Amino acid sequence: MSWTFLCDLLSGVNKYSTGIGRIWVAVVFMFRLLVYVAAAENIWKHEHDEFECNIKQPGCENVCFDHFFPVSHIRLWALQLIIASTPSLLVVFYVAYRENREKHHNQKLYKTPGKTDGGLLCTYLISLILKIGLEIFFLVLFYKLYNGFKIPRLVKCDIKPCPNTVDCYISKPTEKMIFLYFLVATSCLCIILNLSELSYLIFKYSIKCYLKRHVKKQQ
Amino acid sequence: MDWGALHTILGGVNKHSTSIGKIWLTVLFIFRIMILVVAAERVWGDEQDDFVCNTLQPGCRNVCYDHFFPISHIRLWALQLIFVSTPALLVAMHVAYRRHEKKRQFRKGDQKCEFKDIEEIRKERFRIEGSLWWTYTSSIFFRLIFEAVFMYAFYFMYDGFRMPRLMKCNAWPCPNTVDCFVSRPTEKTVFTIFMIAVSSICILLNVAELCYLLTKFFLRRSKKAGNSKQHPNHENKEETKQNEMNELISDSCQNTVIGFTS
Repeated sequence: MSWTFLCDLLSGVNKYSTGIGRIWVAVVFMFRLLVYVAAAENIWKHEHDEFECNIKQPGCENVCFDHFFPVSHIRLWALQLIIASTPSLLVVFYVAYRENREKHHNQKLYKTPGKTDGGLLCTYLISLILKIGLEIFFLVLFYKLYNGFKIPRLVKCDIKPCPNTVDCYISKPTEKMIFLYFLVATSCLCIILNLSELSYLIFKYSIKCYLKRHVKKQQ
Repeated sequence: MDWGALHTILGGVNKHSTSIGKIWLTVLFIFRIMILVVAAERVWGDEQDDFVCNTLQPGCRNVCYDHFFPISHIRLWALQLIFVSTPALLVAMHVAYRRHEKKRQFRKGDQKCEFKDIEEIRKERFRIEGSLWWTYTSSIFFRLIFEAVFMYAFYFMYDGFRMPRLMKCNAWPCPNTVDCFVSRPTEKTVFTIFMIAVSSICILLNVAELCYLLTKFFLRRSKKAGNSKQHPNHENKEETKQNEMNELISDSCQNTVIGFTS
């Protein structure tokens, strides 16, 4: 089980997406997943070993690291990628449900199980709203956990067993900050894409509904 | 998801590229991505562990390393490769959109559609003309911009392309000016120069491809103006033959590359 599994899932969703949805998948693959695997993972690889405190007291470094990094940036990034991509599965499940229903009743209940209308449209809109909500949730979580998106070079720690206030130095803070900003930028881009797709779909189908009613009235 | 997946994505674009585009793709995968993964990552693998400063002051090494390497060479190259490969996706999306339209026409039973089945539409190779020409040309233009920007950023951040053996650091908490030694400076310099040289070759290839496309565009325009009365359905058989040959060459190249990356 690795990122290829997520890739295959998202590629499967592509079939039922709009054009903007496909751009969203491409952004997630190229600018988030690929950057994560090819570059970001290695920066945080030895973060604990390279975290150094100006003290010889055993246990002080461990405790301070745990205090300042309750959940490592890179793990939060991976969680965000997985959880923010999964609402797309709702669409896949709904299409599978439709196909199953057709098989069960042994007759054609829908024009095409994958056509965006009625129920599938609602599912798609719900998946978009969930994606937007989850992206915003993770961005706020990052902001709250780490007091903004900055990574300082030096943190002062005075938790037991550290005898006094101790200087602790984080490794590669500038590089980590650059990639953190990159993560925030791509998250915001994905939020914008999802919002535009949501507005486009709502607009398109309200026009369709309005025209249908207008035609009916005329008849 | 890794570089192999990028190869699969870009391999699809290969079919609709010019010959120079195919050479560019081969150079990208063999001389840049493969070298990055197989060699360069090992050279930079121990960069912080073996970055040694002549002081016992805790934290001084971390701070000095961060000061001299705001972003590691290897990460900058990885980002450069990702950004440079992304414009090709524009072409892939355009081709996918065209195929989608043709499939729709075929399903509606449009008589204009000359295909017998969906498989033919899937396998069709689009010529670079019309709106696809504009998409393709803009993708090359963006590629050039990204390459230039990253090369400049590299030069600006590291004051040239040489990796010095010794760096003098006096950032706090280092007590005074401290000597810090970089690990494997010569090997890193060699790889840096190699990657810069290959970037420059890619830039040249992109410029050549851009010139080729522009020349072809203007020639076609003048031909159309001249030939529109004489040959209404002129088919360029030589071009189709050349395209088939290019496809054979690129397919054999792709097989070699797949063998290397797997």
